[in-house]
Amino acid sequence: MNQFQNFTKGFIKENPILVLVLGTCPTLATTSSSLNGMGMGIATTFVLIGSNVVISLLSNLIPDKVRIPAFVVIIASFVTVIDLIMQAYVPGLYEKLGIFIPLIVVNCIVLGRAEAYACKNSVFSSFIDGFGMGLGFTMALGILGAFREIVGSGAIFGHKFIEGDGVLVFILAPGAFIALGYLIALINRIKKT
Amino acid sequence: MEYILIIISAVFINNVVLAQFLGICPFLGVSNKVNTALGMAGAVVFVIVLATMVTYLIQVYVLNKLGIGFMQTITFILVIAALVQMVEIILKKVSQPLYQALGIFLPLITTNCAVLGVAILVIKKNYNLIEGVVYGASTAIGFGLALIILAGIREQLELVDIPNGMKGVSISLVIAGILAMAFMGFTGIVK
Amino acid sequence: MAKTESTFKNMVLSLTLISLGASACLGYVYQMTKVPIELSVLNKKLTAIKLVVPEFNNNPNDEMYKLPTGEGDSLDVYPAKKDNVVVGYAINTNTKKGFSGNISLMAGFKPDGTIISITVLEQKETPGLGTKMAEPLFKNQFNDKNPSQFNLKVKKDGGSVDAITAATISSRAFCDAVQRSYNTLQKGGLK
Repeated sequence: MNQFQNFTKGFIKENPILVLVLGTCPTLATTSSSLNGMGMGIATTFVLIGSNVVISLLSNLIPDKVRIPAFVVIIASFVTVIDLIMQAYVPGLYEKLGIFIPLIVVNCIVLGRAEAYACKNSVFSSFIDGFGMGLGFTMALGILGAFREIVGSGAIFGHKFIEGDGVLVFILAPGAFIALGYLIALINRIKKT
Repeated sequence: MEYILIIISAVFINNVVLAQFLGICPFLGVSNKVNTALGMAGAVVFVIVLATMVTYLIQVYVLNKLGIGFMQTITFILVIAALVQMVEIILKKVSQPLYQALGIFLPLITTNCAVLGVAILVIKKNYNLIEGVVYGASTAIGFGLALIILAGIREQLELVDIPNGMKGVSISLVIAGILAMAFMGFTGIVK
Repeated sequence: MAKTESTFKNMVLSLTLISLGASACLGYVYQMTKVPIELSVLNKKLTAIKLVVPEFNNNPNDEMYKLPTGEGDSLDVYPAKKDNVVVGYAINTNTKKGFSGNISLMAGFKPDGTIISITVLEQKETPGLGTKMAEPLFKNQFNDKNPSQFNLKVKKDGGSVDAITAATISSRAFCDAVQRSYNTLQKGGLK
């Protein structure tokens, strides 16, 4: 496939969370508001791009038997880097995302792309793949977050537009599960047509 | 008394899957049969208890002593990966049938965010070693509980007509949501 | 270039090199971000202090001291001074009795013990219920009250505080944190 298709496959056709159903933990936990969700998505994208590129660069030098531990160390390094950078420059968002930033290291999307794509493809392709998948993830988080924020708090991007509270269950745990469940069903429907 | 509080809180009130959103991937993936769910739950309890012990010791005696706290993510995940490898090897020798049954799910415990999540939370909550292990074990039991309940429900779902679009992950998520709501009812236990 | 063979020597070599490389990069990034991280933590504290005490021209953080609460822990007290005269004390207080865990507040007191204002630093209470503690409707009722006359318990428990509807536990926890800070200041002797 050409690079354009490579880039856009992560948006709908192979959307990491809505189609491949990977990375569900941070999706449910950080989408109580649209901005939080997108912040998470951007942090994950940074790690995805970084680890895809480095792993692709080193793929021929890493013996097959130790590739998983090697990938994990590389991914964990990028996660620590973004963790430190966020702590220093966006402390508000850093606090909201909490332990889900270090948990990017076990986000199946990152290790999944490293295994499935980065170690077998060129550096540029891996970069595009990471970028596209990350963007698709961020968009899904943004949409889920927006839905939960609008219905659950009567606000969007932090600005309230109704008096009082919305349907609170949506910013709590149950709402996350239910909203994601229906969103995935919706995407399945869209893909079929 | 403190320990009872930790246990009840971790299993029911702040259930690791239904309230803290950790361990969702295996939760959705392994919950279609009660037997596999039981096996997975057992393996996870074992790994989490060991992992919490080892990571705590490393944090206190290596990371904190040398002031390299920022290496936490790397060292913790490597410890967990190594532990899971060990469990796999031991299981293979000790119980072939269980090893076969769990199959691919064993290596997946490494990427189970509940394991790494709990290891990090123990440090964040400033628990000591014993509190940490109790917390870890209770969290794993909570995970097992949620897993087994969902497996039971999904086994029943096999017999029911579900709209095509909702089959699989979607309906599991909606059920998980309702379960989460049910578990929210536990919050009143601790006065 | 052909893929490197999985000989023992190669495996150990590549893992060691990668780990060393990773640690070196991380050490570098850590050094680079150390100062900005400290600054942002400091900034957050100063912002909170400014909200709860009158104008000052000293550096409360430099003059911070700890006082024991009498319950086994201690709280950080930040004296705010104008032209070397104390105009208020900002005290970083907390309570474990929140509905969903720790709540931490910055409470400002006049030298005579009257509460100036309170701001919520950290809480994980139920959205729409306990989270209302951060809203003026609830927390402003403490302003200009002196705990020696204003009973820091919710009305349900015989005190003077109007609890948040359907969030009694959160309200009680808030009061507990404020009471602890007042007790600590009284014990320590307002300097």
